[in-house]
Amino acid sequence: MPLQSLDIVRRSATTTPEPGVRRAYTGTVAKLIDTTKCIGCKACQVACMEWNDLRDEVGTNFGSYQNPADLSDRSWTLMRFTEYENPKGDLEWLIRKDGCMHCADPGCLKACPSPGAIVQYANGIVDFQEENCIGCGYCVTGCPFDIPRISKRDRKAYKCTLCSDRVAVGMEPACIKACPTGALVFGTKEDMREHAAERIEDLKSRGFDKAGLYDPPGVGGTHVMYVLHHADQPALYAGLAPDPHISPLVRLWKGRAKPLSLAIMALTALAGFFHFVRVGRNEVDEQDEEAARRSLAAGGKPEMRP
Amino acid sequence: MTNHWVDIKNADLVLIMGGNAAEAHPCGFKWVTEAKAHNKARLIVVDPRFTRSASVADVYVPIRTGTDIAFLGAVMNYLLTEDKIQHEYVKNYTDMSFIVREDFTFADGLYSGYNADKHSYDKASWDYETGADGYVKVDPELKHPRCVYQLMKQHYTRYTPEMVERVCGTPREKFLQVCEMIGSTATPTRAMTVMYALGWTQHSVGSQMIRAGAMMQLLLGNIGIAGGGMNALRGHSNIQGLTDLGLMSNLLPGYLTLPGEKEQDYDKYIAARAFKPLRPNQLSYWQNYNKFYVSLMKAWWGDAATADNHWGYDYLPKLDKSYDMLQAFELMNQGKVNGFICQGFNPLAAAPNKGKMNAALAQLKFLVVMDPLATETSEFWRNFGEHNDVDSARIATEVFRLPTTCFAEEDGALVNSGRWLQWHWKGADPPGTARSDLQIMAELFTRLRAIYKSEGGAYPDPIVNLSWPYVVPTSPSPEELAKEYSGRALKDLTDPKNPAQVTRKAGEQLAGFAELRDDGSTLSGCWIYCGAWGPGGNLMARRDNSDPTGIGQTLNWAFAWPANRRVLYNRASCDANGKPFDPARKLIAWNGAAWGGADVPDYKVDEEPALGMGPFIMNADGVGRFFARAAMAEGPFPEHYEPFETPLASNPFSPGKAETLNNPAARVFKDDRAAFGKADQFPHVATTYRLTEHFHFWTQHSRLNAIVQPQQFVEIGEKLARELGIADGEQVKVSSNRGYIKAVAVVTKRLRTLTVDGKPLHTVGIPLHAGFTGLTKPGFLTNTLTPVVGDANSQTPESKSFLVKVEKV
Repeated sequence: MPLQSLDIVRRSATTTPEPGVRRAYTGTVAKLIDTTKCIGCKACQVACMEWNDLRDEVGTNFGSYQNPADLSDRSWTLMRFTEYENPKGDLEWLIRKDGCMHCADPGCLKACPSPGAIVQYANGIVDFQEENCIGCGYCVTGCPFDIPRISKRDRKAYKCTLCSDRVAVGMEPACIKACPTGALVFGTKEDMREHAAERIEDLKSRGFDKAGLYDPPGVGGTHVMYVLHHADQPALYAGLAPDPHISPLVRLWKGRAKPLSLAIMALTALAGFFHFVRVGRNEVDEQDEEAARRSLAAGGKPEMRP
Repeated sequence: MTNHWVDIKNADLVLIMGGNAAEAHPCGFKWVTEAKAHNKARLIVVDPRFTRSASVADVYVPIRTGTDIAFLGAVMNYLLTEDKIQHEYVKNYTDMSFIVREDFTFADGLYSGYNADKHSYDKASWDYETGADGYVKVDPELKHPRCVYQLMKQHYTRYTPEMVERVCGTPREKFLQVCEMIGSTATPTRAMTVMYALGWTQHSVGSQMIRAGAMMQLLLGNIGIAGGGMNALRGHSNIQGLTDLGLMSNLLPGYLTLPGEKEQDYDKYIAARAFKPLRPNQLSYWQNYNKFYVSLMKAWWGDAATADNHWGYDYLPKLDKSYDMLQAFELMNQGKVNGFICQGFNPLAAAPNKGKMNAALAQLKFLVVMDPLATETSEFWRNFGEHNDVDSARIATEVFRLPTTCFAEEDGALVNSGRWLQWHWKGADPPGTARSDLQIMAELFTRLRAIYKSEGGAYPDPIVNLSWPYVVPTSPSPEELAKEYSGRALKDLTDPKNPAQVTRKAGEQLAGFAELRDDGSTLSGCWIYCGAWGPGGNLMARRDNSDPTGIGQTLNWAFAWPANRRVLYNRASCDANGKPFDPARKLIAWNGAAWGGADVPDYKVDEEPALGMGPFIMNADGVGRFFARAAMAEGPFPEHYEPFETPLASNPFSPGKAETLNNPAARVFKDDRAAFGKADQFPHVATTYRLTEHFHFWTQHSRLNAIVQPQQFVEIGEKLARELGIADGEQVKVSSNRGYIKAVAVVTKRLRTLTVDGKPLHTVGIPLHAGFTGLTKPGFLTNTLTPVVGDANSQTPESKSFLVKVEKV
């Protein structure tokens, strides 16, 4: 990989070590979504569709400003709108841009059984390599934020790439560029945490005592973070996970169960070997050859006897 | 805007009222977030709905649609009684001390001079009292019972927090919280900006709502300063340019006005507009009206405009009445219009009462639609089922569709809300056979002119004599037109003090309107744009965003009219001695010899401050006016009148009087009045508005916009939804006395049930983008519902306040 920011540090279902000479000395990147500056204009949604050349269906309105109705293989980001009446009796319209959080410890990558279908770059971006995707959907189960979607057309998994193609050449993701209010900002994770701290101070001066940064430790932190007015209640924001973790099943599968499953696989191979030694190979007799000749002459596929 | 978009970042307090900047102007709204993030600014949103703007506001205040004057009147009452006014500013720069004529009266909601039959006023008494010296009488002590201060104070005593609660449905404590915040900007070092849009203009009292906002800002000393002002957010990329260039039926370019039919005499026409100063040593800049007028006529008729024919005065139409949109469609509906060239306009969708529009268009012999898109108007004759249920066989109108380029397919200047003329370059060639509006109009004109030349006519002179000096007559270039509206010298211009000195050679572009002359030696198609294409070239194309003072005054970015001035009335940002009220936000100052600074002074540049010239140089009195004199149709002070479709039986400010329930000076056509609905049948108030995801009726044709907002909906509050058994996402029918629409219900907490005059009142929110052409799900034109009545001054229709009934389908 010639682009060092796209150096791969982790690859799904792969045990060979990744190159480690270069290690993101400039720090990892992060997108900061300031929900308190967001006006829900959806410019980010449109920019995402334009840059990634995606066009979802023209859907219907289901009684909300939220459109399309959900994330999909062609909608990688989405504004989710929540009306919340605070204890003072004042209304708040909480608007959250939903999409991949680019976890430092990505559940999708952990769960993925297909070598190289999901990779994590040195800059922190978690990317899907659809050509390696087998469409099993384990990434969907593995994701604590319910982000990946399996396409009905090609049975492959899709999600936000954090515009890894743009970031690799020193540009900000398309959504950041389109945001008119500066609710979306992009930079090193360290800078974004600093920027968030300033924003939180401002919010506290406006009476949001619980304003804070969402960078959940349960997934090792994320490379997409939120500034929330109510950091103590992330679930207010259209069900943002309060304390996300990789699903116990995935951890079991890739953790303690892994040696066991490897043992079972080894055992299966061993059983095959002994079967071969004991029974020998499956040989073709004259009757099989005759059946195949007949079938080919009739233009069909060769019949196989069980 | 008095100020400009970037300047909003200088505000300490932002009031969004009568608009929804985050929704309709998301890119400009950036400067509100800048003010909040970097200037610790607070944001107040006053709106019938909890909007996208409200979602990032510090304080949201609900209000019943159409009652903004009641609200603002009470804010002014608060400021006056709590003494939250900027005294030095108000004393020196406003008409507070001016004495009003004795025969001016106000009682029971009516001003003196009312004629109930004509629904209009004789405004003679609405004026100042003049002394023996010919100047307006003043009382600097503000004690005189007829001084503007006393009259105004008296007028707004009736506007109390209790009345606000009763009329607007705004909780008293919320109202007082807002008053306190607004009052905090009366100090010279705090600025409030007011951002408004069609939420104020689209009412039968819209102009007075805006005036009420401006008066509040004057009291606080917030006009003419950085971070302040009255900022109209224009809703189309070049709608500011439209009014600047005089595309209103009663205007000429540069806010010159067309004569009325009684004004056959040229000298009287000029004299009535070249206002003599009302106070000593005032500039009264309109005294130069003649120079602007003559230069315009030279641009239009060239050598045919001479002193002998009063520079073509007879070529101008003399108006017998206003020919605004509502009037034109009324005449069309009466069958008095044969043909209609509909250019960049979709009136079937945009004008009120679609049923009337359908009928009016069907009366035409021909309709020419110039548009990049297949608009609803161009398809008015086609049956689209319930969405446009017409009998095509009975419509004889012949429709011509001339495909035009869109903004991205042509060069030219667009004028933004901040009065900046920004040149843009075409990004793509137009598809198919589309041509620019310029080419189409030029082709039409040259052919018409040929017919008039060969066949004559009743009065062919204005057409055959029109100056048409373009290199390709059938396709004038945007550059040629820009140079023409900016202006040039027709002869060598000399310094009046030194006639031997040539200041501008014949043929040279002029640097500004100060060079315009009334002797036919200069040409300028729009005096306020003069200098946009100056001797140094096209200033509109400048893209230098350097900001040496850090307050967003980027004087080398594009060109702002007038004279590249960024903040109007900026002289008022300084005290009487010429020192900035707030040195941290200095726009200009007096340096002992001249005015200068971060902006182009809106003042005589070498005028010593001690001489007392007022900062409002376009007014004959040099001051900002609380008392509008005869400028407004319905009175010198804004007074609350109910919308024409109101849930109330009587105006709480002038109870029991039928003629003051609604705007007494509004013009209402007979059939339109009959089509008004009553609250017993249509119990909910409705308001229409835009959504961020769409632009009017264009973007329903664009796939990306259709994806992010695919289908028509209406918003109803949870309480109303419960009463009617409507769940989120279900279909509802919304009817007015003029028709119905059906749409998806978005049930929301953001539309709350207000208590108005002791009774619960529901507001229904109706986005306006649906139509029966395009890629979104087909829908109903929202203006099926709206009433035909306009603001009494501008005739802007009352689309923001009317009565409906909601039913479950």
